[in-house]
Amino acid sequence: MTLRKLLVPALVALLFQSTAQAEITIGVSLPLTGPASGLGIPCNNGLALWPKSIGGETLRVIVLDDASDPTVGVKNARRFVSEDKVDLIVGSAATPVALAMSDVAAQARTVQLAASPIVTAPGKDEWSFRLAQSNAVMAIPVVAHMKKHGVKTVGFLGYSDTYGESWLNDFTKEAKAAGIKVIGAERFARTDTSVTAQALKLTSANPDAILIAASGSGAAMPHKAVIDRGYRGKIYQTHSAASRDLMRVGGKDVEGAFVVSGPATVADQLPDGNPSKKFGVDYIARYEKIHGAGSRNQFAAHMYDAALLLEKAVPAALKKARPGTPEFRAALKEALENGGVTPVSQGIIHYTPQDHWGFTKETGLIMKVVNGDWKVEQ
Amino acid sequence: MDLTIAGVLTLDGLTNGAIYALLGIATVLIFTVTRILFIPQGEFVAFGALTLALFQTGQVPGTVWLLLVASAAAFLLDLRMLLRTPAAPGRARAVLRLALGQLVLPALIAAVCVWAAPRDLPILLQGLLTLLIVTPLGPLTYRLAYQSIAEASVLVLLIVSVGVHFVLLGLALFFFGAEGFRNPPFVDARYALGPLNLSGQVIAIFVVFVLLMALLKLFFGRTLYGKALRATAVNRLGARLLAISADAAGKLAFAMAAFIGALSGLLIGSTTTIFYDSGFLIGLKGFIAAVGGGLASYPATAVGALLLGVAESFGSFWASSLKEAIVFTLILPVLLWRSLYTPHHEEH
Repeated sequence: MTLRKLLVPALVALLFQSTAQAEITIGVSLPLTGPASGLGIPCNNGLALWPKSIGGETLRVIVLDDASDPTVGVKNARRFVSEDKVDLIVGSAATPVALAMSDVAAQARTVQLAASPIVTAPGKDEWSFRLAQSNAVMAIPVVAHMKKHGVKTVGFLGYSDTYGESWLNDFTKEAKAAGIKVIGAERFARTDTSVTAQALKLTSANPDAILIAASGSGAAMPHKAVIDRGYRGKIYQTHSAASRDLMRVGGKDVEGAFVVSGPATVADQLPDGNPSKKFGVDYIARYEKIHGAGSRNQFAAHMYDAALLLEKAVPAALKKARPGTPEFRAALKEALENGGVTPVSQGIIHYTPQDHWGFTKETGLIMKVVNGDWKVEQ
Repeated sequence: MDLTIAGVLTLDGLTNGAIYALLGIATVLIFTVTRILFIPQGEFVAFGALTLALFQTGQVPGTVWLLLVASAAAFLLDLRMLLRTPAAPGRARAVLRLALGQLVLPALIAAVCVWAAPRDLPILLQGLLTLLIVTPLGPLTYRLAYQSIAEASVLVLLIVSVGVHFVLLGLALFFFGAEGFRNPPFVDARYALGPLNLSGQVIAIFVVFVLLMALLKLFFGRTLYGKALRATAVNRLGARLLAISADAAGKLAFAMAAFIGALSGLLIGSTTTIFYDSGFLIGLKGFIAAVGGGLASYPATAVGALLLGVAESFGSFWASSLKEAIVFTLILPVLLWRSLYTPHHEEH
C-alpha cells in the first residue's frame, strides 16, 4: 500500500472530523422511564420542535434516558462531558435527577438547562439554569387568587416528596404574608391506592380552600377523594397538574378546580398584549400538528423555550469562540446571563449572573376547569 | 376521632386490605407450588386495570400483542423439546395439541380483542376479555422465565423474579404510557350505611374476596387439580413420582395468580388511579401479608392483609407523612414472633 493510499482516507477523515467539531453538541438527559416518565416523555416529544441549526451551526442532539434515577442522570452527564464533549446539557425533567446533574455541570464548567425547578445549595447553581417556574413564583398567583375570593384558611394535601414539601414551604410563606392560614398539611405517595384518610382529616377541619400538590393524572385521585368526602370549598391544583390528564382521569369531579399554570398551554386564550402569547400559540400549533389536537403540555413547552433561549444566546457566544471549546461553554453561560428579558412560551425569563431562576413574578396564571376544558381566570 | 371517622377509615382499610389479601394469597400459592418468590405479582394488577382502560378508550391494548408474541415463543420452546424426544406414536398428536393451545387459541383471543376494541362493548364484557388476555400471561411467564430453571435454588428464582419484574414494568410503560387511568365502576351504585357511604364497587371487592376464598378452599379440598397442587407444594419429588407434572403444576399456579392479579386490577381500577408502575407497591403489601402468613397459610395471609389495610388507613389519618414507615415496620414484630416460635428446618 502506497503512502498516498493511506493519506487520502486519513485526510478525508480529518476533513470530516473538523466539520464534526464545528457543530454544537447538546446532551439531553430525560426520565423516559420510571416514576417521572410522565414529565420526561413529553419533554422528549418537545425536542421535535428544535431547529436543525442555530447561528449557522448544526445541532447534534444526544438524548439519553435517566430512568428517573439520580445515579443514572449523573452517569449520563459524565458521559456527555467526557466522551461527547457537549457544549450544553439539557435536563433532567425530574427534580432529584437534575439536582444531581448540576454538580457534574459545575465541575465540567458546562451550562445546564434543567427542565425542573431545582433548589441548589447557595452558589452551587453557577452553571445551572432552570426552564421551569419555581414553586415560589407559582405560589404568587395562587395566593393572590385566594385573597381575591376571600379564602382565609387553607388545607394542604401533597406528595410526600420534595415537590410536595417545596410547595408547602413556598406556599405557606406567601400565604402568611397575605394573611391566609394553612390549617392542615397531609401527605400521600404517588403509588398510594387511597387517600381517603387524609381527605377525611383535612375536610373535617373544614378549610375555605384545599391546595393539592401532585402531578399529572396523579393529581386527580386526591381531588376525587376530597370531593367524595363532600367537600364544597375551592380546590386548587399546582402547575404539575396542568395537563389534560387531570380532566381525563378526574372527569366531572375536577369541574371548577383552579389550576395554576404557565401561559404556554392556554396561550390561545391570552389577551394579545401578553408577551408570551406569540410564542405559546406557535408552540401549540407546531406541537399539536405532530402529536394531535389537545396534546399540548407544559413540559414540551420547556423544550420549546430552551430553543428560544439558545437562538438568542448561541449567536452571541459564537462571536467569542468556536463550539467544542471551554471558551465557547463559558461564552454561552455569559450570553444566557446577559441576554436580558426574554419572553418565552412559559412566561418571561430574565437570567442574570445572580439569578438563574429566570421567571419573573408575572409568569403564573390561574385556570379554571370548565366543561372539561381550561378557562383562564382574569 | 369519633365513631364515624373510625368507621370510614376501617371500611377504607378493609377495602384495600381485601385487595392485598388477594395478592398475598396468589404469592403464597406460587411460592408453595414452585418455591418462586414472585415479585411481579402486582404487575398483573396494573396489566388488568390498564388493559381494561385501553378497551374503554377504544384501542387494542398492547397486552394482546404481548400474548401473541409470548405464546409463539413458548410454542417454539415446547416444540423443540417435543422434537428432541425420540419419535413415538403419539408425537404428531402432541404437536397438534401444542399448536392448537399455544398458537390457535391466543390468535383467537387476539382476533376477538381486535374486533371488540373499537365497538364500545359493555364494561363487563371488556372486563372478561381483559381476564382472557392477562390470565394466560401467567403460565407464559412461568414457561419463558422459570420452567427451565425450576430446580434452581430459591435465591436464583428470586433474582430471576426481580428481572421479570423489570421486564414487565418496561412493557407496561411501553403499552400504556406514563400517565395513569381510572376506569368507570362495574357497579354504579351507592348505598348509605348509617354515616358510611358504600359504593357498589367496594361491595364488589368484598364479594369477590369472599367468593374467591371459598372457591380456593373448595378447589384445594375437593378437586384433583387442587390436590395435585397441594401435593407439589408439600413435596415436589414425591408428587412427580405420583405422575404429577411439576411444570404443569407451576403453570396452573401462575395462571391462578395472574387471574387473581388481573381481577384485583379490574376491581381497584375504578377506586383509584392506576399507573403502569402502581402494581409494585400493591403487590409488595400483598407480599408482606404473605410473609406474615409464613408464606404458607392462606387464612393467616388474608387476615394479615386486612389488618395491614386497616393499619395503613389509620396510619394515614394520624401521621400521613409516616404512613409507609408504619406499614412496613409492622412486619418486624411478626417476623420476630415467627423466628422465635416457628421450628426451623434446614432449607433445601
